[in-house]
Amino acid sequence: MIRPLCKQVMVLLLLTAVLPVYAETTAIVGGKVHTVGPQGVLENATIIIRDGLIDAVGTDIAVPAGATRIDAAGKIVTPGLFTPMGNIGLIEVGFSAGPLDYVQRGDQFTASFEVADAFNPRSTLISVNRIEGVTRALVSPAAASMDETGFTSHVISGMAAVANLSGKEDSIDRRDAALIVNLGEGGVEYAGSSRASALLILRNALDEAKDFALHREEFERGEHRDYNFSFSDLTALQRVLSGDIPLLANVDRASDILGLIRLGDEYGLRLIVNSGVEAWLVADELAAANVPVIVAPEANLPSNFDRVNARSDLAAILSKAGVKVAFADGSGMTENARNITQSAGNATVGGMSWDAALRAITLDPAEIYGVADRVGSIEPGKEADVVIWPGDPFELSNYPDQVFIRGEAIEMKSRQTLLRDRYMQTGSHERPAYRH
Amino acid sequence: MVTKLYSVLAIAVLILAGCESDQVEAPNEAYKSQYQPRASGSTLLRGAIVLTGTGERLDGADVLIAEGKIVAVGPGLEGEGAAVIDAGGNWVTPGVIDVHSHLGVYPSPGTASSSDGNEMTAPVTAEVWAEHSVWPQDPGFVTALAGGVTAMQILPGSANLIGGRGVTVKNVPGRSVMEMKFPGAPYGLKMACGENPKRVYGGRGMAPSTRMGNVAGYRAAWIKAADYRDKRTAFAKGIGEAPMRDLQLDTLVGVLDGEILVHNHCYRADEMAIMLEIAEEFDYKISAFHHAVEAYKIPDLLAASGTCAAVWADWWGFKMEAFDGIRENAALLQNAGACAIIHSDSEIGIQRLNQEAGKVMGAAARVGIDIAPEIAIQWLTRNAAKALGIDEFTGTLEPGKMADIVLWNGNPFSVYTRAERVYIDGALAFDRDDPAADPVTDFSLGTAAMNGGAK
Repeated sequence: MIRPLCKQVMVLLLLTAVLPVYAETTAIVGGKVHTVGPQGVLENATIIIRDGLIDAVGTDIAVPAGATRIDAAGKIVTPGLFTPMGNIGLIEVGFSAGPLDYVQRGDQFTASFEVADAFNPRSTLISVNRIEGVTRALVSPAAASMDETGFTSHVISGMAAVANLSGKEDSIDRRDAALIVNLGEGGVEYAGSSRASALLILRNALDEAKDFALHREEFERGEHRDYNFSFSDLTALQRVLSGDIPLLANVDRASDILGLIRLGDEYGLRLIVNSGVEAWLVADELAAANVPVIVAPEANLPSNFDRVNARSDLAAILSKAGVKVAFADGSGMTENARNITQSAGNATVGGMSWDAALRAITLDPAEIYGVADRVGSIEPGKEADVVIWPGDPFELSNYPDQVFIRGEAIEMKSRQTLLRDRYMQTGSHERPAYRH
Repeated sequence: MVTKLYSVLAIAVLILAGCESDQVEAPNEAYKSQYQPRASGSTLLRGAIVLTGTGERLDGADVLIAEGKIVAVGPGLEGEGAAVIDAGGNWVTPGVIDVHSHLGVYPSPGTASSSDGNEMTAPVTAEVWAEHSVWPQDPGFVTALAGGVTAMQILPGSANLIGGRGVTVKNVPGRSVMEMKFPGAPYGLKMACGENPKRVYGGRGMAPSTRMGNVAGYRAAWIKAADYRDKRTAFAKGIGEAPMRDLQLDTLVGVLDGEILVHNHCYRADEMAIMLEIAEEFDYKISAFHHAVEAYKIPDLLAASGTCAAVWADWWGFKMEAFDGIRENAALLQNAGACAIIHSDSEIGIQRLNQEAGKVMGAAARVGIDIAPEIAIQWLTRNAAKALGIDEFTGTLEPGKMADIVLWNGNPFSVYTRAERVYIDGALAFDRDDPAADPVTDFSLGTAAMNGGAK
């Protein structure tokens, strides 16, 4: 008698564990909501979240019966933050410990290398960053210097993905959000000679991919010339040539950025510039070509000869010229993607508007990576990534009260808060390891 | 004419000082500070919120500067002939001091040819001095100045167990490092725990390749130093022969004699505890642990030994020994009565040490620890000065101290606040409203730094 009942309970438990349970309705009531959408900023507004999605947002919305009501009076409510560059989920400890799953060395695979397959939704970095408001991340492959075996990385690093920081198995939102390439000083290293060869390698890849599209059948029959790039790379490049997948270039020098724009014109590519320290010199060209730029507002030093004309008002100049801007943390540390709010604040001091800066850490990156239909703003129908702040989210003293990812109130804990709480306990004579 | 007169005077002073010197280590005035403050005049900053660095906050207070020194701090001051600056709405603090910088030794641009911070050729290189690598034209000095930094310690890197001497400089343009050296500042000695030395040398199949190898290396160095010191002392008493002068041991003996301050790169709590044991064994003091991401686990040990912990606000996890970093580190140290310092180790971070402190304050407040601005400012002023041994000269706004001062356009712990004016020895060193008067390094001539890069 007991056993069948047990089985039923087990099945129920399993179902609960396996299926996403979005039966709940949540109402966030009374906050000042920066929707970053068409509804703009709403005072004393209500957000209804149902089945993981934003159901409604407005100032005259009734809270449905049975909804979990969250009081946000006096609070600031924003969309979840989107970190537009980094390796979250691909590393635990970046330096001298463990694998770097974002690095693809050697020439065998380039464009077809997809970091989505390496993403770890339980990475320590995820909880540390999400409790501070980061709900989505670009997860990028990256180049690395020559290793002990003599393999350098390639000019083409591979395919970046967009991930949510829910910590769940279905964290990958988009496997092929951008093809990552390295031009300029980085490209020189991976091409092994000149920045001209980095560009040449990229051209060669695109030319081969075009040729491959026309002669694929002959190639498979062995009746066509060989290619430098592999079958899987040439296949992956097709959607870059068609404009479905943008090509993101790590590039700083103004002349290299112009070279990239010309390349984009020639091949009909959708482009993204990352880092772009000298992008302000070609802001009008970037705006005309509709190329967004991911910048670190703090990077104001001529740290190499591609960055001689660094300046701290880069984001403001680009934004005012009509270039879409997103912020990567100035320290370049994936561990601290959470500091993009500080970067946003610093960008406003450089002259960017507050609203543009908020957009740069929410909707702009979602648009840049083609997931704005799902995230980036608080609009009905979008996935409910929502952050409740005690005040101005850019201000250093403010940390989120509560973060929602896909409608779910996440546990506001990380390994760091656990460490903190253990060592903050006073009046205990037990050693730390006994203070759980 | 005036310049000439100063030069003659300076030379006279140098000669006098040279005659009086009886140190074994410095038989003449070579390498000494040639820093000359710029003309100061008299300035009255009126009606500001003043964080004195001594732990006090004075609202609506004035700061009177004359002849490079702070004359008075308080309400309703009058300064005859002083230029009066209306500082209503401004906050005034001591100049920011970074105890851990590599400006000049790892300058921008970071080319291989100017990578001069790590003498990675032996695990103990106490004989090298960071100042002999400092390139004064590093544009990072100017961007740091825009962040309110008036003094800093430039250290060798952390590849070695004992990396060499650090130098404390005033953040002023100089043609040589001597023209920047902070007058009267003691030298620092860079030591390093943990991953770096054992990786660098273990990777070459030599010692140290483990943490126990690290410790053996420090101890062996101190044994040699003690022996050298004893031989020198004996010779001074007429016993035995004078040991041949040894640059490496000169520096280590300087530590044993308390003249050179140890700055010890060390992340983990367990390793800091062992370093304190080594200091006990050889009877020297560790002035500060740097990068101490796990300092919050041992505030009692740090408080008892009088060792400061210089930390970042939130760097963590980029290497194994940084895995346990937490945002509240500095606040937990403060709360336990230990000496906390916020440092940068970064040409970018040094520009915003105030913001780093702001992040810690916010994080601490979440768990019920309120750190007042007048306390937090000490993390980047007085406590830093103390660890560098320059707190008798700078680090607080007290009469008689160097007028190293920052005038902020708001609460310095807000992300929206910037240093508006920076005074070094009473002279206006940086003025956000008058970029044309701000310093420009040789390297930055003709670049964007001339029209916005530095700010």
